[in-house]
Amino acid sequence: MLKRLLGTIPVIFGVLLLTFVLVHSIPGDPVEVMLGESATSADREVLRQNLGLDEPLPIQFFQYVAKVAQGDLGVSIHSKKPIVDLLAERLPATIKLAALALMIAISIGVPLGIVAALKVDRWADNLATVLSLTVSAMPHFWLGPLLMMVFALWLGLLPVSGMDANTSIILPALTLGFGLAAILTRMTRASMLEVLHEDFIRTARAKGLPEKIVILKHALRAALLPIVTVLGLQLGSLLAGTVITETVFAWDGIGRLLVESIEKRDYPVTQACVLVIALTYVFVNLLTDIIYTRIDPRVRFSS
Amino acid sequence: MKRWPIVVLFLWIFAAGLAALIDLKPNQINLDLILAMPQNHHWLGCDDLGREILPRLLSGAQVSLWVVLVVTLVTATVGISLGLISGYYGGMVDRTLMQITDVFLAFPGILLAIAFAAVLGAGLNNLILALCLTSWVGYARLTRAQALSMRQRQHVMAAESLGASVPRIMFKHMLPLLAAPLLVEATYSMAGLVIAEASLSFLGLGIQAPNASWGAMLRDGVRYMLVAPHYVLAVGLSLMSLVLAVNVLGDQLRDRLDVRN
Repeated sequence: MLKRLLGTIPVIFGVLLLTFVLVHSIPGDPVEVMLGESATSADREVLRQNLGLDEPLPIQFFQYVAKVAQGDLGVSIHSKKPIVDLLAERLPATIKLAALALMIAISIGVPLGIVAALKVDRWADNLATVLSLTVSAMPHFWLGPLLMMVFALWLGLLPVSGMDANTSIILPALTLGFGLAAILTRMTRASMLEVLHEDFIRTARAKGLPEKIVILKHALRAALLPIVTVLGLQLGSLLAGTVITETVFAWDGIGRLLVESIEKRDYPVTQACVLVIALTYVFVNLLTDIIYTRIDPRVRFSS
Repeated sequence: MKRWPIVVLFLWIFAAGLAALIDLKPNQINLDLILAMPQNHHWLGCDDLGREILPRLLSGAQVSLWVVLVVTLVTATVGISLGLISGYYGGMVDRTLMQITDVFLAFPGILLAIAFAAVLGAGLNNLILALCLTSWVGYARLTRAQALSMRQRQHVMAAESLGASVPRIMFKHMLPLLAAPLLVEATYSMAGLVIAEASLSFLGLGIQAPNASWGAMLRDGVRYMLVAPHYVLAVGLSLMSLVLAVNVLGDQLRDRLDVRN
């Protein structure tokens, strides 16, 4: 466990280095690019100093790491506000969206995967496979508008976009959730199929346990392990998916902040968004590993 | 019936190639036909500037396939080479490389590609560069893992004791045995690249107007979804057919070549 914790330190360091390199890979003078041609030379000098661009690169990197460690992510060029405040403003919306999407994905993906595994090669299984393959081939910027077209424009059941109504969250959450549900369905199916051949399932059936208990208590519990791993890894794609989905549905979260900052060439904000999303992902994976050892005693005792 | 993925893939390659040979004027504006529905001479209708959707779709397919081709060639070469070196030498080299790939994998999905494409500036070449910078990791990890176990195989040790050079061992004795899993990886990665290219151009980071790309067309299509649903449907279904075909092709290759994930 300690080894796993220490192992994330070089990764975090690398993430910082890569996000640092990011802003320095702007072609030409970054100050020129960010402020545009109409800026005065005084403005430029202020920004140059703010970004620490007049220092040698290693010192700049050191300053960047020190600032991030203190929770200082710099100042937005566009709104002049501290970036930490901007992120704090937007973070709750993204977390709400991701959490609902995750719930949707689990409540569709896991049951569908179980049914597919129990009815292997029958019509229910085939339907689940075709569905999950099709949805997997639909990027968020296509699935999103499609749901919007059907549920908002044609049926008029839900708001098209924005976040004014309580029901506004449903369409973006479905968009994000369906993609993950497709992966979960395939994963659950494969994992259940493997477990259902195990001896302990035969034993459970032989001693006359009701099929419901055999499936839900004995099989699912063992099949859950690889599913948790995949879920941890896929939570990252969920975070990355918010960038497009929030843009499609005008949902004011971190993803939309990132896209807006790109459009305004507000690169310190871009850098901060990328950094925060990557660090969240690193911690989610760490958390997944810890949960993994909790539900699988074998991992806990072998390491 | 089983062969539909390869048929769909070749149809797209063929159609995109054909459209490149005969200029269908994908950028020609016709103000009388703004958002026209599909009709006789305009099979898929027209977009918001009265440009025909079908030639633009094919032009977008060319962009998409070109990006997939270039990025796959570059990233597969770089990733496989690094993976072979890492798996063959092990030790410090291996640890360093794995540490670097760990950092790249800490950025979920196409987040890093979006960030690089954004700072490099919009445009097709920068989009390709951004995808190259971020897509080599999968190849490197897979090759390294396979090479690591391959290193202990008898035929590799035999070649070594006969004095074969390191590049010879890597490329003649190890690489051919890695071909099957790498081919499957490459197929899945290509499907991912189609989506990645479309995502970046959806965000305005790809090829610039007036030239067509599927991502940019989808963005425009969404804007006119209420009055001209045929626009967004045509682009979305095209994208979906290509991605689905390549993904299913990957599944089929995996089963055929007996590759385990």
